[in-house]
Amino acid sequence: MKKQKVHVVDTTLRDGSHAMRHNFGVEQVSVITKGLDRCGISMIELSHGDGLGGASYTYGFSKISEFDLLRAAGEQVGDAILTALLLPGIGTIADLEQAYDCGARAVRVATHITEADVSAQHILAAKHLNMMAVGFLMLSHMSEPKAIAEEAKKMESYGADYINLADSAGHLLPNDVRRRIKAVRDAVSIPVGFHAHNNLAMAMANSLAAVEEGASYIDATLCGLGAGAGNAQVEVLAGVLQMAGFETGLNFYGLMDLAQEVVQPILQRPQIIDSGALIGGYAGVYSSFLLHVYAAAEQFELEPRDILVELGRRHMVGGQEDMIIDVAYQLSQSKSTSR
Amino acid sequence: MHKIKVAVIGPGNIGTDLMYKIFRSPNLEMAMMCGIVESEGIRRAAGLGVKTSTDGVYAAVAEPEIKIVFDATGAAPHLKHAPLLRQAGKVAIDLTPAAVGPYCVPCVNLDRLQQLDNINMVTCGGQATIPIVHAVGRVAGAAYAEIVACIASKSAGPGTRANMDEFTETTSKAIEVVGGADKGKAIIVLNPAEPPLMMTNTITVRVKDPSVGLEAITDSVNRIVAEVKQYVPGYTLRVPPMMEGDKVTAIVQIEGQGDFLPAYSGNLDIINSAAVAAAENIASRLLEKGDA
Repeated sequence: MKKQKVHVVDTTLRDGSHAMRHNFGVEQVSVITKGLDRCGISMIELSHGDGLGGASYTYGFSKISEFDLLRAAGEQVGDAILTALLLPGIGTIADLEQAYDCGARAVRVATHITEADVSAQHILAAKHLNMMAVGFLMLSHMSEPKAIAEEAKKMESYGADYINLADSAGHLLPNDVRRRIKAVRDAVSIPVGFHAHNNLAMAMANSLAAVEEGASYIDATLCGLGAGAGNAQVEVLAGVLQMAGFETGLNFYGLMDLAQEVVQPILQRPQIIDSGALIGGYAGVYSSFLLHVYAAAEQFELEPRDILVELGRRHMVGGQEDMIIDVAYQLSQSKSTSR
Repeated sequence: MHKIKVAVIGPGNIGTDLMYKIFRSPNLEMAMMCGIVESEGIRRAAGLGVKTSTDGVYAAVAEPEIKIVFDATGAAPHLKHAPLLRQAGKVAIDLTPAAVGPYCVPCVNLDRLQQLDNINMVTCGGQATIPIVHAVGRVAGAAYAEIVACIASKSAGPGTRANMDEFTETTSKAIEVVGGADKGKAIIVLNPAEPPLMMTNTITVRVKDPSVGLEAITDSVNRIVAEVKQYVPGYTLRVPPMMEGDKVTAIVQIEGQGDFLPAYSGNLDIINSAAVAAAENIASRLLEKGDA
């Protein structure tokens, strides 16, 4: 029997941008892109962590513009497809066109799990530019499989080339992933992918569950670099998928070396499940909130976990980093009145 | 007291909510609701005793007594309506993204626009945040202003959903043109939480002169909040201005008046309230001139 092919999508230079506080440099991007391309990665995603146009007070300014970084990466890619992320409401078609000019040939258009219809405009624009377009549904723990399948169908109807489900809070357990992947696979005729976060140490198990359920695109990052507790670790994934009998075309040793020699030395903080990341996963909070929560906790002299739990209770979604300040302010007010 | 007769084109959610606000107005009379087909909105207006028509803009144009026309259709229709309304001598209050006329945020620049025959109401996020950008900028200068508008998914209509770029691009531009920031950036997030969340907006400004101090900035912001409250009663400062170096952050919330749309639709309430406030101001001028 022919082995099932799995495309590995590396997002070190996009999701990893959160963990790097958007401080990637041109040289780092060139070396990482070149290495990933040589190691058989199918798609290399690069943009601000919150997607094109994300550089801001709210999400953090980029040290180097994502367009300069895309251009640097564009010079290094061979077979891999240079990919950008775009969140409608943050990034625009003008940003997408600029990304295309810098060498991006695919875009993943990301919306909250219940809001697929805001992606139509951008998926259409991508197809118009002759780019690959991916429908990317975030925070997939916040909706049920049947409803998710309906959203996926909308994205398929706009022209998406595949649907990617993201466990943006690292909240799902393997069976939750299976049910969601299955529901979407049954509903659409395009491929399905999965994006894990490791807040509950489930990134690898969930990625494996996804491919076993038929997902053919899996997101991962070198050293697991990413928001919250990080993503599925790509060098580990290469080994695990091989052991499980999937065809990836990845260079296992090459990815290990790239992780050890290039990414490990530039980590700004250990990519581990600290208590904030754990509570974020447990409470279902968007992973990229974490470092902003730590900053707000310090500013307002609060316990970060209290802020994360309140954000979870309020059902804040991706892009609402601004509400961290609101929560911290309200908590600090009630703390001072209760004193 | 005399009233100025007005018409609303577009009997959808926005147009119907506008109608209820016009009913309350001391100097506007809801003279006509215009659509292009028989619809629930047309029937509702007729049921409330308002004259209705399915001839669209032409019905309003044909009525000489109507002086002000609210356009709550879409960008493409308004591009057609604008010249017809102008020829007929009507003042157009444009709630679409067409922006034929200049942007209007009543508490900031209505004084300068009241002679014009077409004004555009920007976006809901613009109405909610530009007053704060202006208030911070007028005392400390605004090199850069960024806003995040969060609206409940249920109050984001199909038009907004189909064109998110229109919101971000129009609001960014108006932050500069009306708000006075050298550079503007706007972000919109839809949140599907149940029960629906009130519209909240975070405004962050990089000021040019931080030495002005937080007290002066807070005072300016409080004054503008009081002005906005006069036409948007549910407008409140959730988080008062905070300062870190040259960065000033504040958060406002809008609870809608629940006229036709539910209270969580503060986004729709504020753009409609701003449109009615602008029309009332123009109506007072017309009444003084004896145009009525």
